[in-house]
Amino acid sequence: MFWQLLANGFVTGSVYAIAAIGVSLLYGLLRLVNFAHGDLMAFGAFVSYLANVTFGLPMVLSLPAGMAATAALALVSDLALWRPLRLRRAGFMSLFLASIGVALVLRQMILLLWGPQPRAYDVDPFKVYVIGDVRLSLAQVATILVASAAIVAIALFLARSTTGRVMRAMADDQALAQLSGIDVNRVILLTWVLAGLTAGLAGTLAALVQGSFDPNFGFQLLLPVFAAVVLGGIGSAYGALAGGLALGVATELSTWEGLAGGVEPAYKPVVAFGVLIVALLVRPQGLFGRARIV
Amino acid sequence: MSEDALLVSDLHAGYDGALVLRGVSLEARPGEIVAVIGPNGAGKSTLLKAISGLVRPIRGRVVFHGTDVTGLPPDRLAQRGLGFVPQLENVFPSLTVAENVHVGAQALPRSARRKAVASVFAQFPFLRERGRQRAGTLSGGQRKIVALARALVAQPTVLLLDEPSAGLSPKAAEMVFAELEQIRERGIGIVMVEQNARRALALSSRGYVLDMGRTAHEGPGGELLRDPRVVQLYLGGLAADLSPRRPDSSARRDPRSRS
Ligand SMILES: Nc1ncnc2c1ncn2[C@@H]1O[C@H](COP(=O)(O)OP(=O)(O)OP(=O)(O)O)[C@@H](O)[C@H]1O
Ligand SMILES: [Mg+2]
Repeated sequence: MFWQLLANGFVTGSVYAIAAIGVSLLYGLLRLVNFAHGDLMAFGAFVSYLANVTFGLPMVLSLPAGMAATAALALVSDLALWRPLRLRRAGFMSLFLASIGVALVLRQMILLLWGPQPRAYDVDPFKVYVIGDVRLSLAQVATILVASAAIVAIALFLARSTTGRVMRAMADDQALAQLSGIDVNRVILLTWVLAGLTAGLAGTLAALVQGSFDPNFGFQLLLPVFAAVVLGGIGSAYGALAGGLALGVATELSTWEGLAGGVEPAYKPVVAFGVLIVALLVRPQGLFGRARIV
Repeated sequence: MSEDALLVSDLHAGYDGALVLRGVSLEARPGEIVAVIGPNGAGKSTLLKAISGLVRPIRGRVVFHGTDVTGLPPDRLAQRGLGFVPQLENVFPSLTVAENVHVGAQALPRSARRKAVASVFAQFPFLRERGRQRAGTLSGGQRKIVALARALVAQPTVLLLDEPSAGLSPKAAEMVFAELEQIRERGIGIVMVEQNARRALALSSRGYVLDMGRTAHEGPGGELLRDPRVVQLYLGGLAADLSPRRPDSSARRDPRSRS
């Protein structure tokens, strides 16, 4: 049972982690708490659905289509909305409220395009892989493989590539980045592309694992994703990855009988936030966050 | 025309309507250190921010190697060879020492970066020793070295420095000043804001005294040091005080959190 829960936790956690990376980077670079991130994920999931079910493409092609469409949408949102707001030096609250607006518009758009009924991808729901006493569905196996590869790729990108380094530098200190010759608007656009790609990926994987999903499902993912971001230390890119995985695994493992009988699965979200609160009491800046100096 | 690397004339700038600079002029030639001194709140940091493009000038001009660059964004100015080391927030704390240097090299064309990074690493052995350490965990003096390296790797022709000795031990401050003289030797023009006015003026070929956002006095460093008005008003000393001073008596160190 333990290993089964650990595997489930890794599946959930990796989806949180991939989504959290975008939220954290956007906060780090723009001081934007992107309330629309869940709906961006849902948008990606529905474009993948369009490719997979409406056009009959296999998931290997539908997933990149969903990611690309989400990245394009994120890019357009920066050019059309966020950049003008930056130029007008919109404050934290204005940005936050604007993102709530974007969330509502996106959700209505998805409703309008795809209707309220639950959808499912065209994958075999009965195919099960058994490893030892762990049973994993095809969707879970695919998610584990794709998400692991993605997490490694994102971590390497952030650690090693020039652009990843520059993104982290900008999250640290935007003025100093500019003084170092960095064109911040260009890097912000790239960050939106990365946030869009990862939101589309996380959204599609979440939808795949869930089996059926409706236009509201992105919003339901938003709270745990935010919790992962805060747990990892808001603004820290590596922290988001770690926070997401930790939260997913902790949530699933909390139902383990070996753990004083485990908690009712219905209380899993409570556990997630319990973990968050305890972690923040011990380390207010989050796992990877910097302590405020002043 | 002129041999000025940097020429600032009648600069006016401020924050959201609050005018701080009300007409500041200064010049710096290649291979020359100029010092900007003045009381707290005079606008010294604002002057450097306005030159570097972080604060947009309202009036006046900033001319860099004969080209008017007034109001250009900081990244474009950095690419043209203007370096700036702010007072406090001068390194990327969550990046490693080596990463800080690499980010500094972004101002250079891609093909020139590798060589520039190698040359700065050769110049400061410290960077190699601590390359993998996060800059946020360094001591104040070590940070200054990383901050200098972050700016120097972009091979600036003019370097702006905001209070390079603030918060340092006298020994570390002397090391920084010695480093600045070496940088000057390479033909880089330096504009330095300093609390340690005596030490700064002694190093400089020219000094500017800023007060209430205006240039109140200017002249060769030695002359300002002997000018009774300047000494009395800005150096916190007695005009006739020509006795040899104790090593650090003029270093007013104040741990302000603002830059
Ligand atoms: N970001 C800011 N927004 C608004 N006002 C500012 C800002 N930074 C500085 N000021 C104000 O501008 C004036 C000049 O500040 P500045 O930092 O340029 O002075 P300074 O000469 O560098 O002083 P110090 O010796 O304390 O460093 C001060 O009155 C200060 O309160
Ligand atoms: Mg200052």
